[in-house]
Amino acid sequence: MEFLALLATPLLGALVLGAFGGRRWAQDANVGFSAVTFLSACALTYRVVAHGNLSVAHEQFFIDAFNVFLVALTAFIGLTTSLFSRPYMRIEADHGRVSGGQLRLYHSMYQLFMATMLIALTTNNMGLMWVAMEAATLSTVLLVTLYRTPASLEAGWKYFILCGVGISQALFGTILMYFAAEKVLGSEGVSALLWTHLNAVKGELEPSVLGLAFVFLLVGYGTKVGLAPLHNWLPDAHAEGPTPISAVLSGLLLNVAMYAVVRCKVLVEGSLHSSLPGRMLMGFGLLSVVLAAFFLWRQRDVKRLFAYSSIEHMGIIAFAFGMGGPVANFAALLHMTVHSLTKSSIFFAVGHATQKAGSQVMDNIRGLITLSPTVGWGLMMGTLAILGTPPFGVFASEFLILTTAMKQQPWATPILLLALGVAFAAIFGRVQSMVFGDTTAKRLPHPPALIPVFAHLGLVLMLGFFIPPYLADWYRAAARLIGGE
Amino acid sequence: MIAMTWDLQVLNMLAALLLLLSFAMLSQRRIVALVDLLALQGALLCIATLLLAWRTGNNHLYVSAALTLGLKVIFLPWLLHRLIRRLGVYWDTEPLLNITGTMLVGVLVVIFAFGLAQPISALASTATRNSIGIAVAVILIAFLTMITRRKAMSQVVGFLSMENGLFFGAMSATYGMPMVVELGVALDVLVAMLVLGVFFFQIREQFDSLDLKNFETLKEDQ
Repeated sequence: MEFLALLATPLLGALVLGAFGGRRWAQDANVGFSAVTFLSACALTYRVVAHGNLSVAHEQFFIDAFNVFLVALTAFIGLTTSLFSRPYMRIEADHGRVSGGQLRLYHSMYQLFMATMLIALTTNNMGLMWVAMEAATLSTVLLVTLYRTPASLEAGWKYFILCGVGISQALFGTILMYFAAEKVLGSEGVSALLWTHLNAVKGELEPSVLGLAFVFLLVGYGTKVGLAPLHNWLPDAHAEGPTPISAVLSGLLLNVAMYAVVRCKVLVEGSLHSSLPGRMLMGFGLLSVVLAAFFLWRQRDVKRLFAYSSIEHMGIIAFAFGMGGPVANFAALLHMTVHSLTKSSIFFAVGHATQKAGSQVMDNIRGLITLSPTVGWGLMMGTLAILGTPPFGVFASEFLILTTAMKQQPWATPILLLALGVAFAAIFGRVQSMVFGDTTAKRLPHPPALIPVFAHLGLVLMLGFFIPPYLADWYRAAARLIGGE
Repeated sequence: MIAMTWDLQVLNMLAALLLLLSFAMLSQRRIVALVDLLALQGALLCIATLLLAWRTGNNHLYVSAALTLGLKVIFLPWLLHRLIRRLGVYWDTEPLLNITGTMLVGVLVVIFAFGLAQPISALASTATRNSIGIAVAVILIAFLTMITRRKAMSQVVGFLSMENGLFFGAMSATYGMPMVVELGVALDVLVAMLVLGVFFFQIREQFDSLDLKNFETLKEDQ
């Protein structure tokens, strides 16, 4: 029941807003649909925590400790982003940057995007997961090009083609996996693509085929995670689309793609009995961290700056999952949570800051704090949080990842530390001059939505001080699941 | 060696023709002809699926053959032709690498593809296992087509040809994916093309052409 509501609400929302999305009340309806989705996610989470794993519709959907926490996170950020998008899109409409038709498209696709994310997370069928991931790209392509500027069209095209090609590789990987599974499970019915069935027989799957499949799956889903060197689409898509879309791309899409990679890794590692998949993840992760840290220095656009920071953090998460083991997995899951929360709150603050300054170029944004202390402080605190300064949750997860790396992969620790240092210097310097100093900003016609910013940062702060016991249990259960024990 | 039955021989011939068409696409610069080649590739795929369905008595292959016919032979080529007429894009410019060079790279790609498919073919129990190498080669050549072309339309044709290769690969290795997945993939391809249609008009409106050389503003160092 909760599960049905979880998937049906955003789909219904997409239909309703597709018809009436240009009206005045569409912004509120968007929030309403997201709120119902979030409530169903809460109910579902409660049920899974209380009664254990849940399997729906002839095992086509499956909810366990690992994906239920991502479902809750996704629905939560979906809700807060819709709260932020309410004043943001009103201001854009007042400035004449979007028309009624474009708003209709925006609202409808926003809900459709949420639905595809939730399907990708909850499905048990590896093929359906692929379909949902591709649908997620398609639903956001036209949102990246919403403003119809030359740069946004280029960004949309890059996003479409690179992710399309990438995801085709993942389809080939899925075919190979089905090929190996069919030998063991038989082709009658569809059980050979169900993750739970595959997980049960993973030791018998043919290692050479699964090894090959993993290469394709990692490259395919890795493109969507934004792992270097397949990250080219990410900064453009984040910078050129409307800011609420940057927030959900960074906070949700990257997480869901990472989830797909990890699900595949569990199967392949079980079949290969070696750490090869882990080593590949570590390699891609480390490359992303280093590359992103150095590219951060060359950015002039504030949204591109934080997009590169997302690549860096996805690299850290990939590295942690690659190391494996209960502690690293725990830290990676925690990092996924705090990164999503922090990065989306930064995008909320950045969104209002760019509207105030009338530009995304960092040199044109000055002295936010004089005109609007809340936006200024929100951006400053978000930046400090994402850079891993102590009281925030990002510090806790990065600390765990680094200490585990020291034990398990000592060679990688100095590289990680260096990259983190470089990123700190690059981002902090830029943000400081945007927040303090003389102002060029102007007032906005609608009051900005700052509750989501501080709600997210408050949660991140709390996770830095203390993780509630039920949440910690939950992370541990998920970490065990991924550890393949 | 056992003598091959006629249906298997026909299947192998179809596979070879698919590969030949991929090379033809690699060298074709007229966009209308490129779309026709794509439709022909779809038609061959459809015949191969029907033959395999008849041979193995696998009912769901009939459905995927119908899907291929409707989507890849009729609807998508029609949509692309319509777009070409409305947008007036008939020729691709000189590819990034000249045709001879591209063809030579294509040959190397085929050798690589067969090497890659070796372990999979060795394990497959389907009658069509020899075609897996060809499927991988079709995918990689389509990829090559995409990276050497400048026009958005040719890149899209390359993308669809890659999808054909993937479909053929799934068919030769496992007699097709489960129905629910195949339907989902078909739906995604359909939606992707519709999104592209909208997208092309936006690009044209903005740049007055579909040449991707206009797309050079978003560089890494910005």
